[in-house]
Amino acid sequence: MTESKAGWPLYEVFVRPRRGLNHVHVGSLHASDDRMALLAARDLYTRRNEGVSLWVVRSDAITASTPDERDPFFEPSGDKVYRHPTFYDIPEDVPHI
Amino acid sequence: MVTAEVAEAVPAQTPEDRFDAVIAAEQRIEPRDWMPDAYRATLIRQIAQHAHSEIIGMQPEGNWLTRAPSLRRKAILLAKAQDEAGHGLYLYAAAETLGVDRAELTEKLISGRQKYSSIFNYPTLTFADVGVIGWLVDGAAICNQVPLCRCSYGPYARAMVRICKEESFHQRQGYELLMTLMRGTDAQRRMVQDAVDRWWWPSLMMFGPSDAESPNTARSMAWRIKRHTNDELRQRFVDMTVPQAEHLGVTLPDPELSWNEERGGWDFGEPDWSELTRVIHGQGPCNAQRVDRRRAAHEDGAWVREAAVAYAAKRAAEQAAPAERPTPEQEN
Repeated sequence: MTESKAGWPLYEVFVRPRRGLNHVHVGSLHASDDRMALLAARDLYTRRNEGVSLWVVRSDAITASTPDERDPFFEPSGDKVYRHPTFYDIPEDVPHI
Repeated sequence: MVTAEVAEAVPAQTPEDRFDAVIAAEQRIEPRDWMPDAYRATLIRQIAQHAHSEIIGMQPEGNWLTRAPSLRRKAILLAKAQDEAGHGLYLYAAAETLGVDRAELTEKLISGRQKYSSIFNYPTLTFADVGVIGWLVDGAAICNQVPLCRCSYGPYARAMVRICKEESFHQRQGYELLMTLMRGTDAQRRMVQDAVDRWWWPSLMMFGPSDAESPNTARSMAWRIKRHTNDELRQRFVDMTVPQAEHLGVTLPDPELSWNEERGGWDFGEPDWSELTRVIHGQGPCNAQRVDRRRAAHEDGAWVREAAVAYAAKRAAEQAAPAERPTPEQEN
């Protein structure tokens, strides 16, 4: 028989909990194709009205930053405190700012 | 605050220092972080065993699906069994983030190389067992699982948050089922008491051996995988359950059960640990049956998995085909 050890590909599942919110990653599952992944994601991750929309994405299609380069990779934003509103001193008596 | 993330970033030393610092700071370890081999191995074993328990756990109650006394009870039981399957899948997904393959874990379960909770090796003799499993077994599971929501390994902790939310329904439906039986006939009340008598001690054993006999506890607690010792959780379970038993009108089968004013908790007897050892080592009433059925389901389902793969391949070929076909212009 031809049942491969690797089995069905892995999919990552994203749920939009309700209108106005982003899709959020909730977990993963195995499915033989995209359609089955969507149906299985519905059965597995939205049994109690947890979502109004679902995305499924093959895990091997995701490009991610690596944890090892975490510090250098995100370093450029680390020293730019002037990007934040609290960097600026404004007198207390200036309204609405 | 503005630079909070940066401030929390641990001074880059060795990967192990970083791991220790993340644990100490009560942050979460995520899948691709460096982690000690033993941490990874402990988590794989624990999560796999947990997943297997959910999957095998469908069987004792599944036994009553076709014989539930009303459509309402049947619908509830079906939903519960479906949840157990879901919990198993959340957990297999969490285990896979550690670099194991689900098919491999299933293989280990059906070949007896990985364990599941010993509680599921006991038979469900009457419909009252369905209620008692919800009340006591799921109640004990909740005690065990709530602290796991704060486990140091992110994917496991997140799966547990999901599971705990759903588990509360399981316990409440069980208790409600028992209340209904207790309002019934004497025979029904005896049935409930009989089920409580049979499930009480195995439920206490679900927390594992006593602290003195649990050599891995200290390490798991240092890694923040575990938050409380087996005995602490067992005590918590007893303290929660005694008033529920009183309200229900059943007697917990432990003559040593008594309120200890001094420490504000219930004293209780020692479970028969030799029984736990026997059941873990395959000599429980239903060990062979549970694993055989899981193996049969897996093997009987092989053609479905193959058909799905064949269908996916055919669809992929069909979708690829139009692009290869000559356009009308080329044909002319």
